[in-house]
Amino acid sequence: MLTKRIIPCLDIRNKKVTKGVRFQNNVELGDPVELAAKYYDDGCDELVFYDITASAERRPIDIDMVKEVARAIRIPFAVGGGISSISDMSRVLLAGAEKISVNSLAVENPQIIAEGAKAFGSQCIVLGMDPLKTGVSPAIPSGYEITIRGFRQKTGMDALEWAKRAVDSGVGEIVVNSVDADGTRAGFEINLTRLIAENVGVPVVASGGAGRPEDLADVFNLAHADAAIIAGMIHTGEYTIRQIKEYLVKAAIPIRKKW
Amino acid sequence: MIAIIDYKAGNLTSVRLAFEALKVPCEITDSPEKIMAAERVVFPGVGAAGTAMKTLRQLKLVEVIKETVSRGTPFLGICLGTQIIFQDSEEDGGVSGIGLVPGTVTLFKPSNPIEKVPQMGWNSVRQIRKHPVFKGIDDNSEFYFVHSYYPAPSDKSYVIGETGYGGITFASAVGKGSLVATQFHPEKSGKVGLQLLENFCRWSGKC
Repeated sequence: MLTKRIIPCLDIRNKKVTKGVRFQNNVELGDPVELAAKYYDDGCDELVFYDITASAERRPIDIDMVKEVARAIRIPFAVGGGISSISDMSRVLLAGAEKISVNSLAVENPQIIAEGAKAFGSQCIVLGMDPLKTGVSPAIPSGYEITIRGFRQKTGMDALEWAKRAVDSGVGEIVVNSVDADGTRAGFEINLTRLIAENVGVPVVASGGAGRPEDLADVFNLAHADAAIIAGMIHTGEYTIRQIKEYLVKAAIPIRKKW
Repeated sequence: MIAIIDYKAGNLTSVRLAFEALKVPCEITDSPEKIMAAERVVFPGVGAAGTAMKTLRQLKLVEVIKETVSRGTPFLGICLGTQIIFQDSEEDGGVSGIGLVPGTVTLFKPSNPIEKVPQMGWNSVRQIRKHPVFKGIDDNSEFYFVHSYYPAPSDKSYVIGETGYGGITFASAVGKGSLVATQFHPEKSGKVGLQLLENFCRWSGKC
């Protein structure tokens, strides 16, 4: 049986892993390669790295870091931030990443999805989206609006319509990161995640709000997420990946148990 | 030396890094001479079967692959590499494969809409036949998969590992003489995957 994936998220700022709430009040947590190796040993199923300052500083992603991570771990990982072209994607993949995550770039230049999928295959192209709960309106029929640039900018785009369009263009996976839940550690946005997961044909990764192992059980059981991103709950040392997995196994959720 | 066949089907970095982690010399190559001279051959790949077969023909590698296997050189197919060693694929409106293993490659059609295509993630492999590449690996260990099509050998005696997805059980690993092929990605399957690659590096090609 296909297992549910647990994916630690490492936000990189100035070559260090940081954690903030809604991109504010960032605290430094350590070296990305060391943390990646630690989480790999602890049994995470995949990893995701966001170079959160690359776009703002208009510099390319840190390729040396990607190369070092690829040497340190033997599981798939995705990289986002600071990617603005097919050649950037190519460099990141050749450095050893499995997937590229595009977010603001895809909103501003949707063609990049089809170009990336054609060049590298859909399985390499992940759409990251940051939907904000707005309530249902004629312009936003799902009640969730896409934001970009680290939640700072509203786009007027409906989250579900965007997800479907992106899948039609060739994305192989969607990370649904709730703006409202991000950094709160009060649980995933179940309704939003379920809305996307039940209406697109590609795997959906829930993101934003993981605080307790129960939150992961809920998003797998109630929202049909294929994977869940965790950050603060393990970065602080409050939980280990093993503890989270033990809880999920007891809750009868299919999980990779040996690593 | 291990030759990793480069036929422009996806990114071979993780395959190379996995062998480097095992300290086994390897080279990514499309040279027929180097592939024929190699001690072992790895045939990885992601992407579409039609394009892959076209490129293999252009590079004159189809006969090279057949010859390597018939000589008894240990040969490992991975993912798309596994699919195109079969006779036929449904992909791209029907594609003839290399034909080393009888059977077809078929698209997943899950009846449950929450089972997505591609299958992406870790799934267990039941070892239904003993094989040197499984040495030291627990039965039902999970490996990393990313695929929309699955191999369906017509002769079940070639199946060495099975996996359930999309309402069916499919052949996730096949073995035939010196040829072994996995639908999953051992190079991205953590320590269990590395163990399989290490076993392959030590295997004589005989069962």
